[in-house]
Amino acid sequence: MRETSGTAVPRHDSISASKELVRVSGPARQIERRLFLKQGLSLGALTLLTGCDVTDTTGVQRVLNGISEWNDRTQAAIFNPRRLMPTYPESQAVKDFRYNAYYGQAQIPKIDGTSYKLNLYGLVDSRKPWTLDELYALPQESQVTRHVCVEGWSMIGKWTGVPFRTFLQRIGADTTAKYVGFECADGYYSSIDMASALHPQTFLTFKISDDILAPRYGYPLKLRIPTKLGFKNPKWIMAMYVTNRFPGGFWEDRGYNWFGGV
Amino acid sequence: MTDITVGHVNRVSRLIVHPLTVRITHWLNALAMVIMIMSGWRIYNSDPILPFYFPVWLTLGGSYEGSVDIHNEDGLAGALQWHFAGMWLLAINGIIYLAYGILSGHFRRAFFPVGPTAVLRDALAALQFRLPHRLGAYNAVQKTLYLGVLTAGVIMVLSGLAIWKPGQFQELTWLFGGFDVARVIHFLGMAAIVVFLIVHVALVVIVPKTLPPMITGRALAHEAHSED
Repeated sequence: MRETSGTAVPRHDSISASKELVRVSGPARQIERRLFLKQGLSLGALTLLTGCDVTDTTGVQRVLNGISEWNDRTQAAIFNPRRLMPTYPESQAVKDFRYNAYYGQAQIPKIDGTSYKLNLYGLVDSRKPWTLDELYALPQESQVTRHVCVEGWSMIGKWTGVPFRTFLQRIGADTTAKYVGFECADGYYSSIDMASALHPQTFLTFKISDDILAPRYGYPLKLRIPTKLGFKNPKWIMAMYVTNRFPGGFWEDRGYNWFGGV
Repeated sequence: MTDITVGHVNRVSRLIVHPLTVRITHWLNALAMVIMIMSGWRIYNSDPILPFYFPVWLTLGGSYEGSVDIHNEDGLAGALQWHFAGMWLLAINGIIYLAYGILSGHFRRAFFPVGPTAVLRDALAALQFRLPHRLGAYNAVQKTLYLGVLTAGVIMVLSGLAIWKPGQFQELTWLFGGFDVARVIHFLGMAAIVVFLIVHVALVVIVPKTLPPMITGRALAHEAHSED
């Protein structure tokens, strides 16, 4: 898909970085291509967002895409940066949290924590990669919040990690920029608006249910952002960047609403 | 001269039974209902709360095959796009209709008074096929059904907001008994509206003369009861 249409944002060095790290990306790309060829209606979302090949888009789909972008703006207007999402007693947190991805558990990325580094790009003062030990040394907090999936199910869990706002400050991120984007080890990618990134309950997490994230939950690094739907909570994060250019996302480019707020 | 005569005849023999605002909002609402129910069924299919699925051909969403291929989800993205586009049509049209109904006195004239005695009397008459249909004047059973479906519509919008924004509108979600209960209420409200639509359309089929006035607004005087 990427090779066919190109993406809105040239994904420059981060693509090659994830290519080296990711074995899964080969088959994942093939699936993407099949989807690109077959998927009629949601295809339009991709072409409109990328600004390519709008002639392939039906009139109805163009209207739907336009309304979805209007809904992005509506949700940004509704979003209250100080409003906390409901929290729950720890007893309500699910221990055996649901595994969720667009592939089976056999394809879960296996990441070696000792050689892991979180890569940084874009509008940040320091692009020095972070090791896991350096990340673990950051001040950590816990939250018991509800993960709401776009499919309709929801689950309460306990996550532990560093408030994302703290991390953004440590790396000298330009917090006046519009977006923060994420690249994951399985080829997944997503992005969030800066206001949501700075929300006090947005965490870079290392633990679920007080245990280091199992591979199926995104080891070693998962973004927990309870103000957004589940697919805006990327797992296996390998790189992140701050940008003013709209980065899109794996599901978002397939027609899911980009803001994805709850 | 012919024109004048026709005009004259029209004036004396045809009466407005459905005001223009009611007709426009009725048909826009019909479109919104089709969009919301069919896309809602596809959304339901991605995580059913009861042990059944809606047949895909009855639903509205993205390409089924392409989506199943990649995520075992039947075009949820397209369904959500339809649902959250249809919501604007439903809400804006609904607000115009409710404002008109309240401010113009349309609701007061068309739906009230309605009491349990009258409902019982008309329901029994209807079951014995003895309830006459007068265009533009609602019997007590109709009044109850229309008021009921309007209430269901308001509950659908509110429970929908509670599911869409359980964070930003968390008080509303709490009022509905939490996220999961709000989903069930949103489903039950849909079911109530679908039952209403089946009865509503079946009655139009049984009494077809009710259909043209909902388009032209007019009915022959001897059959009609004007609101004005």
